[in-house]
Amino acid sequence: MEVVVSLAIGALGGSGVWLVLRPRSFQVLLGLSLLSYAVNLFIFSMGSLSIDAEPIVVAGRVGDLLHYTDPMPQALVLTAIVIGFAMTALCLVVLLAFRGFAGSDHVDGAPDSRDHDDGSRA
Amino acid sequence: MSLAVLLALPFAGSALAALLPAHARTTAASFAALVALACAVGVGFQFPEVRDGGVLRESWAWMPGLGIAFTLRLDGFAWMFAMLVTGIGTLVAVYARYYMSPADPVPRFFALFLAFMGAMLGVVLAGDLVVLAFFWELTSLVSFLLIGYWHHRADARRGARMAFVVTGAGGLCLLAGLLVLGHIAGSYDLDHVLAAGGRIRAHELYPAALALVLLGAFTKSAQFPFHFWLPHAMAAPTPVSAYLHSATMVKAGVFLLARLWPVLAGTEAWFWTVTLAGATTLLVCAYLAMFQRDLKGLLAYSTLSHLGLITLLLGLNSPLAAVAAVFHVMNHATFKASLFMAAGIVDHETGTRDTRRLSGLFRAMPITGTLALVASAAMAGVPLLNGFLSKEMFFAETVFVAAHPGVEVALPVVATLAGAFAVVYALRFSVGIFFGPAASDLPRPAHEPVRWMRLPIELLVAACLVVGIAPAWSIGPTLAAAARPVVGGTLPDYSLAIWHGLNAPLAMSVIALALGFLAWHALAPRLARGELALAPILGPWDGQRAFTRTLAALARGSGSVLRLAGTTRLQSQLAWIVVTAIGVSLVVFADQAFGWGDRPRVPVEPAFALMWVVGVACALGAAVQAKFHRLAALMMLAGAGLVTCLTFAWFSAPDLALTQLAVEAVTTVLMLLGLRWLPKRLPERAKPATWRVHGRHLRDFLLAVASGAGLAGLSFAMLTRPSSQSISPYFLEHAQPGGGGANVVNVILVDFRAFDTMGEITVLAAVALTVYALLRRFRPPRESIDPPQQQQALPADLVTDLGSTRDAGDTAVGYLVVPGVLARLVLPIALVVAIHLFLRGHNQPGGGFVAGLVVAIALIAQYMVAGTRWVEMRLDPHPARWIAAGLAIVVATGLGALAFAHPFLTSHTAHLDLPLVGTVHLPSAFFFDLGVFATVVGSTLLVLVALAHQSIRAPADEAGG
Repeated sequence: MEVVVSLAIGALGGSGVWLVLRPRSFQVLLGLSLLSYAVNLFIFSMGSLSIDAEPIVVAGRVGDLLHYTDPMPQALVLTAIVIGFAMTALCLVVLLAFRGFAGSDHVDGAPDSRDHDDGSRA
Repeated sequence: MSLAVLLALPFAGSALAALLPAHARTTAASFAALVALACAVGVGFQFPEVRDGGVLRESWAWMPGLGIAFTLRLDGFAWMFAMLVTGIGTLVAVYARYYMSPADPVPRFFALFLAFMGAMLGVVLAGDLVVLAFFWELTSLVSFLLIGYWHHRADARRGARMAFVVTGAGGLCLLAGLLVLGHIAGSYDLDHVLAAGGRIRAHELYPAALALVLLGAFTKSAQFPFHFWLPHAMAAPTPVSAYLHSATMVKAGVFLLARLWPVLAGTEAWFWTVTLAGATTLLVCAYLAMFQRDLKGLLAYSTLSHLGLITLLLGLNSPLAAVAAVFHVMNHATFKASLFMAAGIVDHETGTRDTRRLSGLFRAMPITGTLALVASAAMAGVPLLNGFLSKEMFFAETVFVAAHPGVEVALPVVATLAGAFAVVYALRFSVGIFFGPAASDLPRPAHEPVRWMRLPIELLVAACLVVGIAPAWSIGPTLAAAARPVVGGTLPDYSLAIWHGLNAPLAMSVIALALGFLAWHALAPRLARGELALAPILGPWDGQRAFTRTLAALARGSGSVLRLAGTTRLQSQLAWIVVTAIGVSLVVFADQAFGWGDRPRVPVEPAFALMWVVGVACALGAAVQAKFHRLAALMMLAGAGLVTCLTFAWFSAPDLALTQLAVEAVTTVLMLLGLRWLPKRLPERAKPATWRVHGRHLRDFLLAVASGAGLAGLSFAMLTRPSSQSISPYFLEHAQPGGGGANVVNVILVDFRAFDTMGEITVLAAVALTVYALLRRFRPPRESIDPPQQQQALPADLVTDLGSTRDAGDTAVGYLVVPGVLARLVLPIALVVAIHLFLRGHNQPGGGFVAGLVVAIALIAQYMVAGTRWVEMRLDPHPARWIAAGLAIVVATGLGALAFAHPFLTSHTAHLDLPLVGTVHLPSAFFFDLGVFATVVGSTLLVLVALAHQSIRAPADEAGG
């Protein structure tokens, strides 16, 4: 399972980085979302991969990390998911406002003039 | 009066004065004068305590970990300065009442004035080096505000800025220097530092400490080459000049030199730097003062010259010279403050300060004239006035100094010359403007000021006379008390007499007076004709120009660094961030073996692997399609999100899975709402990319692969190692007994780390409000407004805004009716699910976050299928009220703990016996979670509804921008 999870984190993160480096704001937004999946999974998996060991206290079971999975990364990631939503919303709205302001959905308002094209590159 | 009360009084007065109405000139002035007087009386009564070398101390812990205490300390020297600050402060407050115009915002003036007095008292009373530096910076700051008091005038703004840059930069040097001193002495306490003089002077860091401290002192006291700011500070109202720029603030530099005299003085380095800076300032500024046309400019340069004299005396490494320096501080403060006030009166009553226009004023203002004459004579060092006494002591010191032969010859010459210059400018100030033919072209006819405006000058001039005639009787005890701490406890022999017999200093005085009179006789007619606007030789050399050039060069330099190392393009910035992240990871792993651990692996399950095949395909697909097929990319993003969600569920994180699922839904709706306003982008429009673009693609691809591989490798390396000990067992053990809940994740969020959660929901609320505020001004572009084909050209009687709202007639009938009905049916069910999730959250997966998201989704579904107008005609969710209520509940829950004398947000579980229900455990965290729930509902709805409202807005060109 470790291999699968690691590869998944790598694929999500790599796709996210690629998209974040794109010039169009929607691409950057999707990239940030993918990156946050990768990072959330990464932090979450630091608490070790345990199956059927929810951090919900059951009477009679010893309260240590052998019997429960680590609750702390989960609490951190839960917070991160909600904040990630807030960040996505804010980015989206800034992007929309900027689109209205600059008349283009390029992250800098207009493509680099040195590219000498009409700004339609990928 | 305790020292702390003394120090607090002006600050409290400042706060009160700021609240007075703008025209309350008399009230504000009387109030400020009374506060200053109270402080002066308070200081005055401490004299018996410090008279014989006693020291008053008060100390409070401030930063005990760093060995810094808020210590106040009063010895004779500090007492003398405190007396100057409060006494002259009282007089200046009275004077300012009549000087300030009714049109000026006077309460602001007096508020700043009192704040300055407090800051200056803080410098004087500081018993700890850090406290000293703190109040030192405070005086710079308040002085900036006072110089720029008339902020509508460009010269005031420029002067204030220059003074602040110079003294502020000096203040930073001083802080560094004092920290070095404290480091050497092993304590920042002034008493310890004063006792460690020998050790400090022998230490290898002594030169650095000395240089830094001197930079601070020289900038503050405007010593050469930092002297240029003081003349520009004359743009301040004259009471400020009289107070700050003659009597107090500029004296802070020499105060510091004298304060640290027992510690720093006595070395060659001290002698050469301090003496040279002092002598240069003394001579150069006295010379420049002779040629000033502006009365205040003349006084400013003369002040500089006298400060140079004091600095020079302190630099001579002789206790007798140090006593003379202390004496001259007092004398200079009295006569210079009165001269500034006299200049202010002349300005106030005639409308000009130009020496070429002022002449023969004595007939119109005989009393002011007499006072100015006496004070000028004191400045020139005429016998029977206080200036004469300290000048004689100074001359004596220059004659008897034992140093390098060159110095032994040069110093008396410099002193005599500067004395002659002083005679010239004193004559120009007094005889030049008060005698001669009556001026005819004055803006206002000259006349005496009101009685009370003259009173402060009369008192100060009386002090000059009393000290000048009976020094030993009047000032002797004060001088002894003030000078004793400066010279380290043992006073040298000195005599405060007017007549010391025919000796070298007397001869120098006579020569200076005669030379000065002759020079004045030669210069005055030329200056009156308007010649010599710039002083010969030294005039063209302008410190201000050097200052402006330095600032401009700095700005240019930072500009070019920014151009070289910075970019405004987001892609470059992000690329550099990624490159840095990869680089730093490589550096970290460079010197250690990177490999897999030996922790027992969790066996692979095919279903899970298959699930991630889909997930990875989704992620890659989204990356490829995000440019031209946004909707497809968004769906694939959601696919990757769902697989992530299932992974959380798989590995024992039901709470995460629930939250991720809800957030996934909300995010998708959010992006769908946003998609509509993006410009169309069709693949066939793309032109062939340039090589530059290809290069960037390759770079980004390599970066993406590198970071993906790095993340995967790092994850695998971490996952195969045994996890280290964490603080989690504590949470697991105490969740049930301490937090009253079985769901440890939820208990962490609402109890153990509730303060974090509170911050988090505050961020959420802030983001929602920001989104709302940003979208209020947003108008969609026209190209995005046209309804899609399937919604065009349909009947008129439909209440919906799914299509074009500007012409409801063209919207489809029956559009989304079935989903609309279904969504309405689902609403109550969704609310029940949310309540269920919320109530069980403390013990089972669920909680405020996910419950809030479920409610928000249920409501937003109504908007999606029925349209904004339809929903808001029937139900207005008022998201902002949800946010307010949620945050209020959270804070109230937290404060509730305070009522029971527990720290903020301490939780408590109540056991209630209810009929029928039985015993209910009601933890306070329940209410906290309720607040979280409400905030999440409100924030999510506010964001989504604000976006949804865009569709019923007029396009950008119709709304007029």
